[in-house]
Amino acid sequence: MTIPLSHYLVVSTAIFVVGLAGLLIRKNFLIILFSIELMLNAANINFVAFSQNSNTLTGQIIALFVITIAAGEAAVGLAIIILLFRKRQTTNVDELNLLQG
Amino acid sequence: MAPFFYYFAVGAVVSSVLTVGLRSPIYCTVALLSALLHVAGLFVLLHAEFVFAIQIIIYAGAVLVLYLFVLMLLNVKSREGIAHRQGWIAAFFSVIILAEILLVLFQSPLAPQSVAAARVSQALGNTEAIGVALFTDYLLPFEVIGILLLGGAVGALILAKPFPKGAAK
Repeated sequence: MTIPLSHYLVVSTAIFVVGLAGLLIRKNFLIILFSIELMLNAANINFVAFSQNSNTLTGQIIALFVITIAAGEAAVGLAIIILLFRKRQTTNVDELNLLQG
Repeated sequence: MAPFFYYFAVGAVVSSVLTVGLRSPIYCTVALLSALLHVAGLFVLLHAEFVFAIQIIIYAGAVLVLYLFVLMLLNVKSREGIAHRQGWIAAFFSVIILAEILLVLFQSPLAPQSVAAARVSQALGNTEAIGVALFTDYLLPFEVIGILLLGGAVGALILAKPFPKGAAK
């Protein structure tokens, strides 16, 4: 039996919303980056599922691009975290309020 | 097919919840690894073998090891508590967003469709087909993504480099 497309979409929605909640709730900068990775993965599931559904390769190629962008985002985000930790000795986003004015 | 799908789906969602919910950042990283591997399993069920391989190699292999490395390097203390004070409001609105997306999803005409089992270009093989498409139809996006990655690498290097003594703070 084949799995309906909507099942994949439901899984992706669940992962996306969990990532969104983590992004909003957690204090640790690293966990916020993890949540963004979760949301990108949910988008990837959607891309690949729609690609398979429409019988084209476009979705899979876009998924590869998303993975590439996630890798770049991880590199830059971790560089920022290292820089902040060097200055402030914390990764708690509540204490990083220099731009608050 | 179906038992595998439900295993990978439930595993991915549970691992995601653990990633967001666990207290220690190290445990969160391991839960994120589990979530990424289960999502990779979903890619196999969707006949996207190349994306599966890239997911394992890049995400689980490279990105997550980078995260773990920085985590060990920083020695983050978890004494500050894990959630904001307004976390309950955020959780409440997340549940509302979940309900909204699911409502829209089940009212859409896409819901009864099933994923096509046979691929037109299956004879060519997934990796070969992606390679051909990537270097013909999607050559410009491919080059642009390469430039973006180069910019990210240069930016990360410049950010992580210590400031010279005379430079402005």
